[in-house]
Amino acid sequence: MATTDQYSGGGIVNAGDLPDKPAPIRTDGAIAWMRDNLFDGVSNTLFSLVAFALVLYVLPPALGWLIFNANWSGGAEACRINPDAACWPFVGARWEQFLYGFYEKSERWRLNIILAVLALGIAWLVWEKAPARKFAALFMLSVFPVFAFIMMYGNETLGLPIVDTPQWGGFTLTLVIALSGIVASMPLGILLALGRRSKMPVVSLLSTVFIEFWRGIPLVAVLFMATIMFPLFLPAGVTFDQLLRAVIGVSLFASAYMAEVVRGGLQAIPKGQYEGAMALGLPYPKMMRLIILPQALKIVIPGIVNTFIGLFKDTTLVLIIALFDLLGIVQASIADPNWSIKSVPYTGYVFVAISFWICCYGMARYSRYLEAKLHTGHER
Amino acid sequence: MAKTTDPLAVPAPSFWRDPDKRAIVYQGLVLAVIGWLVYAMVSNTANNMEAQGLASGFGFLKSSAGFGIISTPFVPYTEEASYFVVFLVGLVNTVIVAFVGCVLALFLGFFIGIARLSKNWLVQKIATFYIELFRNVPLLLQILFWYSAVLKPLPGPRELHEKGEEVFFSINNRGIIFAEPVGQPGFENVWYALFAAIVVAWLVSKLAAVRQMRTGKQFPSFAVGLLLIVGLPLVTYFALGRPLDMVPAEMSRFALSGGVTIIPEFVALLLALVIYTAAYIAEIVRSGIQAVSHGQTEAASALGVKPSHRMRLVVVPQAMRVIVPPLTSQFLNLTKNSSLATAIAYPDLFSVFAGTTLNQTGQAVEIMAMTLAVYLTLSLLTSGFMNWYNSRIALVER
Repeated sequence: MATTDQYSGGGIVNAGDLPDKPAPIRTDGAIAWMRDNLFDGVSNTLFSLVAFALVLYVLPPALGWLIFNANWSGGAEACRINPDAACWPFVGARWEQFLYGFYEKSERWRLNIILAVLALGIAWLVWEKAPARKFAALFMLSVFPVFAFIMMYGNETLGLPIVDTPQWGGFTLTLVIALSGIVASMPLGILLALGRRSKMPVVSLLSTVFIEFWRGIPLVAVLFMATIMFPLFLPAGVTFDQLLRAVIGVSLFASAYMAEVVRGGLQAIPKGQYEGAMALGLPYPKMMRLIILPQALKIVIPGIVNTFIGLFKDTTLVLIIALFDLLGIVQASIADPNWSIKSVPYTGYVFVAISFWICCYGMARYSRYLEAKLHTGHER
Repeated sequence: MAKTTDPLAVPAPSFWRDPDKRAIVYQGLVLAVIGWLVYAMVSNTANNMEAQGLASGFGFLKSSAGFGIISTPFVPYTEEASYFVVFLVGLVNTVIVAFVGCVLALFLGFFIGIARLSKNWLVQKIATFYIELFRNVPLLLQILFWYSAVLKPLPGPRELHEKGEEVFFSINNRGIIFAEPVGQPGFENVWYALFAAIVVAWLVSKLAAVRQMRTGKQFPSFAVGLLLIVGLPLVTYFALGRPLDMVPAEMSRFALSGGVTIIPEFVALLLALVIYTAAYIAEIVRSGIQAVSHGQTEAASALGVKPSHRMRLVVVPQAMRVIVPPLTSQFLNLTKNSSLATAIAYPDLFSVFAGTTLNQTGQAVEIMAMTLAVYLTLSLLTSGFMNWYNSRIALVER
């Protein structure tokens, strides 16, 4: 065994002092954090340097374009002088159109009321300690759509002048299509999911074919069919509003995706629940309504929110069939010759991107929060 | 013989209490309703088409199209070509953008998904930022942005090149233009060499696997294979005296002629599809890798497996089982989303066939049926391939 000078005389007591050990490496503070997370080894340091260069290359010009050098006031003239940065006056001049479309100016208060009720309703749905929360979903799915439609379209007997659908546009149109799509696709999706899991071969086959057909074709094709084919399928003389046709197409499309989400929930319910319900002598409709669906729908809420995010982004496609949703109206506005400035198209697109990003990211965070909340307890 | 009645026998349920008979009635009703709907749709369509003076049937496919298409790879196309050729052109363009898009999105998505799990704080944050940014912005907006805000404002060829100039590579608002490689006599031998190299590399890898199973000795078959596939055609190429000419594009008065052009519509669509889908694939890859229990990594380390082998031989094969099913639906989404090409007039199936051809002929039913059949077939093919791959890598349980 290797012995050292320190163990003099074969004893176990040190004769002299051991040399001082170096001070321990710092394990907290900014420097230690950087060493652990950024400069931990050669390859990691290289990665950090490359990533840092990337950030330096992208971030300052982007921030400068968006905020620091951007034109915040003045009209088109200011933007023409400084065309290499965002032109926010363009959005300032057009924001009412972006929000309300071509909706009658004197009637826009009606949209404001709808938007306010919508915001309150969503808060009611989301806030967990809200009073009478169990009625929130019922209200949003049944009362609100009728109320919103009457307010938006108008009703002569109520003294609300009619504002026809070609005047609808902007962000409100995006909301109309996405919300009515999701609301209409819920019951249809639940029915299809039940149909697909049904023991009756004809019902399950038809549901499966329906679901797979709509999931296999692009939404553009659905919207094309809604505009071109739908009138052919109807008896001669019967016509439908262009917007209604698009909404029907979007709803059928969304219902197929909704059906798959709900089916996932149905499959996650343990067999004992079905057997328990049957043992109690509940017939099929009551078993589903009272036992299975309440549990299944609760666990698929994140999936429903994700479907809604997809649908919300996909509403932009209606610009292909000449409906002016938020993107469509911005696309039309940037062609305005009064604003033919280099920075205006970029500003318009960035504005739409920021609007959609805020909505979608917010919903995605909510869906993730729900997933985390639902993840406790009954994990199998 | 006297009838003996079992006192415990359950009386036969009445008609409406028997689930089997009830099921038959329900299904009959469903069939009747669906049948009536289909009948109403078909007869209405027939009446409406007759009223509009439209002939049904696929006869229109033979008539001449009479419009130009900006990009017709692999299919010889002139304005006199029939509508069926238009269909083929659209199909080829759709398949090209979908296939290239899937491959690129897979690589970019894997790269970002792994970066998302990096121990490096900055790299991880950049990957997260990328995912959250591009996932939450509508795809159509991204396509329009790349097309009309990035590629269209590029300078035109006249601002970049002088008349008569020979151009080997140029990016301008007409697309990406580069010199066309033209093989001279003897160049086909390079293709033969490439083919031979692939066959030999495959054989080498098989033999190496057999040897490893028998003796445990490893052979760097991947490096050798790569060297063969790259090296052999190159050696042939130089041995034959470089039988390949790069024919440059030439600047005429207004535009570049000759050369190979990749149109900006294609570039914009591809960029948007790849960037958007890669954000989703990155999240799938991240969750797949996280689904592999940490004990697997620790066990591999305990057995003395190198970090690089640990990832490649232990973690990734197990993660693939979780990754492949959602990856399939992302590929399907990309293929379907390629139909957004119609917004920027990239000549894909939707744009030239369900768009221009439909407008010219008015044969809505036939054209939509063909278009939908193509998308459904592409979906089936993609999911068929991915299911085959999935079954290959699926967990083999004893």
